[in-house]
Amino acid sequence: MNIWLTLFLGGLITFGMRFSFIYLFGKFEIPETMRRALHYVPPAVLSAIIFPEVFLHNQQLDLSFGNHRLLAGLAAVVVAYFTKNTLITILAGMIALVLLQLFGGG
Amino acid sequence: MHNEIKIFWQGVRAEFPLLVGVFPFGMIYGALALNAGLSTSAAQLMSSIVFAGSAQFITTQLVYDSAPAAVIVLTIAVVNLRHMLYSASLAPYLKNLSLKWKVLLSYLLTDEAYAPSIIQYEKEGVTPLSHLFVFGAGFSLWFNWQISTALGIFLGAAIPKSLPLDFALPLTFIAMVMPMLKNKPMTAAALSAGIVALLAYSFPYKLGLILAALTGIAVGTILEGRK
Repeated sequence: MNIWLTLFLGGLITFGMRFSFIYLFGKFEIPETMRRALHYVPPAVLSAIIFPEVFLHNQQLDLSFGNHRLLAGLAAVVVAYFTKNTLITILAGMIALVLLQLFGGG
Repeated sequence: MHNEIKIFWQGVRAEFPLLVGVFPFGMIYGALALNAGLSTSAAQLMSSIVFAGSAQFITTQLVYDSAPAAVIVLTIAVVNLRHMLYSASLAPYLKNLSLKWKVLLSYLLTDEAYAPSIIQYEKEGVTPLSHLFVFGAGFSLWFNWQISTALGIFLGAAIPKSLPLDFALPLTFIAMVMPMLKNKPMTAAALSAGIVALLAYSFPYKLGLILAALTGIAVGTILEGRK
């Protein structure tokens, strides 16, 4: 499957979800459990992407100080916690990683 | 006609603060998409074909990781499930519109268009022209997203290759997740999904990602039910 088919299907599914209940109004109600479950989709999916990116180094779990992405990721977590600002968090994490790569050895 | 334009602009005005906030992300997306190996046209057209910020960032990450297309499509589906909630929430206000309007407003129904629209409907209720408010909010965001993507693609080419730009994606996700962790079920959902993602990382076709996401969703839902 090439990138265009991927984008087309992804777009079609996204549209289908946005259109779903607007189209079905009065014919089908969203079940309560599903409504509840939907709130957990964003933190679950995003964490599932974040964890391997920061904890794995060359496909192996690396909790040492030599894992620059883990340290930079932790810095970003702290900055995100205190500032709640997305752009500042990205900048802080990038600066941390660049500095670690320049001066952190490894 | 005058009145119709007025309502449309009310939607644009309500959207305006969100436009300012979204613009840099359109640029970051454009720059990262090129960096991940997408062509200029695929990067630009994803912004109108998929037109969903977080799904586009995740697709970019998965393309960079050479994930199979089926996994990318499945992930987009899981990430965009929340749009069904918006659809259900706005449906009663849009029920009398023609199919043409329902299709158009559904296409434009992002997180950022939903927020001012639902506030407006809850405050003012349905009027004969109220759908133009939703259109004003949705269209201005769409326009803003296309322009900011293009600018990001254009400027992204000038960023030096030595910069670890790929790391901006997980950083963006960290910044998105942290404010969501307001209670135990949310935090447990995030942690369990993360841990399963590590354990199942070597699963074929990046299926570990889907398994991890489903685990997190189940853990959060069950914990909330117990309260």
